[in-house]
Amino acid sequence: MVRNKKEKIIELLLKLSGLVTVLTTVGIIWVLFSESFSFFKEVSLIDFLTDDQWTPLFANKRFGIMPLISGTLLTTVIALSVALPLGLTIAVYLSEYAPNKVRDILKPLLEILAAVPTVVYGFFALMVVTPFLKTIFPNISGFNALSAGLVMGIMIIPFVSSLSEDALRAVPKSLREASYGLGATRLQTAFKVMVPAASSGIVVSVILAFSRAIGETMIVAIAAGQQPRLTFDPFVPIETITAYIVQVSLGDVPHGSLEYKTIFAAGMTLFVFTFILNNLSFWIRKKFREEYD
Amino acid sequence: MKNLLFTLVAILALTITSCGSKQEGKTEKTTLSGDIKIDGSSTVYPITEAIAEEYRSEQPNVRVTVGVSGTGGGFKKFYRGETDINDASRPIKSKEVKICEENGISYVGLSVAYDGLAVLKNPANDWLTSITVEELNKLWVPQAQDSIMYWNQIREEWPNEEIHLFGPGVASGTYDYFAEVICGKKVGTRGDYTASEDDNVLVQGIATDKYALGFFGLAYYEENKDKLDLVAVDNGNGAVFPSMETVSSGEYAPLSRPIFIYVSNKAAEKPEVVDFVDFYLSSAVNIAKEVGYVALPAEEYQVEIEKFSAFVKN
Repeated sequence: MVRNKKEKIIELLLKLSGLVTVLTTVGIIWVLFSESFSFFKEVSLIDFLTDDQWTPLFANKRFGIMPLISGTLLTTVIALSVALPLGLTIAVYLSEYAPNKVRDILKPLLEILAAVPTVVYGFFALMVVTPFLKTIFPNISGFNALSAGLVMGIMIIPFVSSLSEDALRAVPKSLREASYGLGATRLQTAFKVMVPAASSGIVVSVILAFSRAIGETMIVAIAAGQQPRLTFDPFVPIETITAYIVQVSLGDVPHGSLEYKTIFAAGMTLFVFTFILNNLSFWIRKKFREEYD
Repeated sequence: MKNLLFTLVAILALTITSCGSKQEGKTEKTTLSGDIKIDGSSTVYPITEAIAEEYRSEQPNVRVTVGVSGTGGGFKKFYRGETDINDASRPIKSKEVKICEENGISYVGLSVAYDGLAVLKNPANDWLTSITVEELNKLWVPQAQDSIMYWNQIREEWPNEEIHLFGPGVASGTYDYFAEVICGKKVGTRGDYTASEDDNVLVQGIATDKYALGFFGLAYYEENKDKLDLVAVDNGNGAVFPSMETVSSGEYAPLSRPIFIYVSNKAAEKPEVVDFVDFYLSSAVNIAKEVGYVALPAEEYQVEIEKFSAFVKN
């Protein structure tokens, strides 16, 4: 009897700790929805999506989210164009070429990249990468999307490389051996057999890196500037959704004002993006998983 | 940080010794106690708070509290007799004078320092040396948003390059001040510029961008002289660079203004308030610069001290 009771209590505790995370998520979504709802009572959704100016804190108030989205996408695309080729190459090297010993040292070392505090990356971008870029492009501004994007790309390399490498290693040995048996070279085996076979896992890793880059805050807040601007020019200051939220949260915008609600509308936009991306990756993993058993 | 601490200690030492020498003729300094309530402008707050801190080591039994309600909000408390001293970033308005009279409160206004704004550019910018107030207005008014985007839209001979603007955010007193004198009362500025409450971000932004133009507190420029260049401002009477001299003479207008403290007659009856105000006026010359203002010339402080002691006697 006593034992049974104990079991019940433990079960309840486990259930509760699971509920905490679910309830937190529900709470966050609820706050985002309710605050953005009252924002959209005052600002039309069409203005929000089509206006090309974002200046809610100033005299000439405009509420177009596009400049913030363009800034976010610009830094993210730059980051991915660094992380995707590098990360994938590293993953192929680790799983197909590197001896086990090298792999056991390299992989944890690579993952350290993800453990560096993002504020450190931010200052690295501002103080090291930007001055270096200036020697190549003399007209680049002190705050720019390029430097922040490049450094963010380095930060998310481990997301792509580690997850892709796991996916490559999950491909059954028999496939690789069959490929060698047919006389294929290592390179052919890696890119014509292994990468396609692991493609769903690789795509998922890229999407997760994408969603990580979109939500990244510190690097862009420090190095990319704070000027919402609808542009895809990587050389001028821009502002991302996350950097805007930081900027407003740090200032003293009165609680409950329309200016204050803009951060929830911006947060909602960000949430919609990452929500879609995470679901997409979940769906791809389920739908396109290659079964070899 | 260490450096700042050191200079603060040095200033403290200086003020203590100077106070000491002034009071040589008097008997031993008495210890005072009581409360001094100060409120008012956020612009004046930093210097008042810094002096209040120094004063605590001088008279540890006097409790000095400094609030931030804005100049107008502070005057409301002041004419209701709730505060002893009001920090003001402008002279008292006639409306406020009237209410003070109705409430039987007389007061003295003492100027304690100057607050100045600097317009700044990148050192590599070789076309801009001075800018007129009208040009600043044209560049910063809300209507300029998304339309005045290139240097040559302000003056034809300037380059056909995008202009990158930097300035404090709307939460800062510096922004309010700039917006008011350049764009007009209650107009505000354009919003498409890099707005940051952190002056370091502005320095960094302007210092690394040839096509940048920005503004912030003059004292902050002093610390970054090697990275940025000042722009002279022309208000119609010729271009003037901000400096100790041009700010205190009023030549560098409209981007500089005196800041004040107002002391009420009831407060002036309390010995701790009199002592504090004397301390304020004699140490402001050193502390003003520490907290980002331009000090008045030393003899001006003497004038203010005499003005105050005349007020106390009446």
